[in-house]
Amino acid sequence: MEIPYTTEPRKDTGLFNAKLGIWLFLASEVMLFGALFSSYILLRIGAEPGAWPHGLLNVPLGTVNTIVLIVSSITVVMAWASLKMKNFGNFRKYQAVTLVCSLCFLGIKSYEYNDKFSHYEVQLNDGRVVDGHMVEKSADGFTIHGHYVDKAEAAKVTHAWQEHEIKHEEIKIKNSDVKYKENYGPWHNTYMAIYFTLTGLHALHVIGGALVIAFLWGPGASMWKTDPERYTNRIEVSGLFWHFVDLVWIFLFPVLYLL
Amino acid sequence: MSHSSHSHSHGGHDHGGHDDHDVQSHVRRYLMVFGALIVGTALTVGASYLPIESVALTVAIALFIASIKGFLVAGYFMHLISEKKMIYAILIATAFFVTGLMYLTIWSMQPASAIHL
Repeated sequence: MEIPYTTEPRKDTGLFNAKLGIWLFLASEVMLFGALFSSYILLRIGAEPGAWPHGLLNVPLGTVNTIVLIVSSITVVMAWASLKMKNFGNFRKYQAVTLVCSLCFLGIKSYEYNDKFSHYEVQLNDGRVVDGHMVEKSADGFTIHGHYVDKAEAAKVTHAWQEHEIKHEEIKIKNSDVKYKENYGPWHNTYMAIYFTLTGLHALHVIGGALVIAFLWGPGASMWKTDPERYTNRIEVSGLFWHFVDLVWIFLFPVLYLL
Repeated sequence: MSHSSHSHSHGGHDHGGHDDHDVQSHVRRYLMVFGALIVGTALTVGASYLPIESVALTVAIALFIASIKGFLVAGYFMHLISEKKMIYAILIATAFFVTGLMYLTIWSMQPASAIHL
């Protein structure tokens, strides 16, 4: 049975069916991320003055990831344009770059996640709090590269870059001096919870989009020989999804990394 | 990704040289948008390092630049500046509900709102 409207547009919508489908899907995605963004606003505005953390994320890495996604967006649209110009070779090259970009993005994101899981807040028995990265562990204690937290000083930090001006040092801590210690996983505070939720969901979208692009680049490319118009439409639809993923990151980056 | 202003895109009926020329002219536009997005990213990061006291102003600047970048991606890479009415209708409905969602969020945080009664 032939599937209708895979290449020719329907008269009532003016679109081929897959394109209408992807836009309806993207509309639902806007609502999904919109709900999470509204949660972010609720948490951010509801936080006590000075309590919202700044500078916990690596801005240069976030910037690199933003550029990686922008590069992948241009290669996706260039790949589609190559098919329109009947240049399958160029399409393959551009989509290969897209796939490399998606792997770069996920690699950097994984590194950032790992960094948060090795970042600790340690409450000592004498009431002081140490914040920093675990650099060494031994049988009777551990070493943190960080600083003693001064709540009054911390409240003055309102921009991400100010946090990096705080002097860090190697602090050796004995296990017997520790009252409580916790890493910066999603359970640490509301900021980390919304950070992991938003970026984790976004990363899942990157993985999903990359898998579709990889399929169409590899085994799915045989359709180019049998039905090039339909294949080009498939690339268009997967490209729309990829651009949406880029679009979401464009807002996530300043909101989570810079503000 | 399509050019609704050109007959080939939605029907998928390419006819050689003329379409190639159209697509090539769009490619130049894509490259310009790519450059603008890179500049926008640099501006966003640069603005966050400015010693602006007002947090609200910092947020406004960052979101303003992000909105421009978002418009460029949606408008040119996703071709929303020249799309079919059906897609606009879908997006208008979506924008209505997202705006309502954001409004309800902010409204719920007002001390005098019914939610807090």
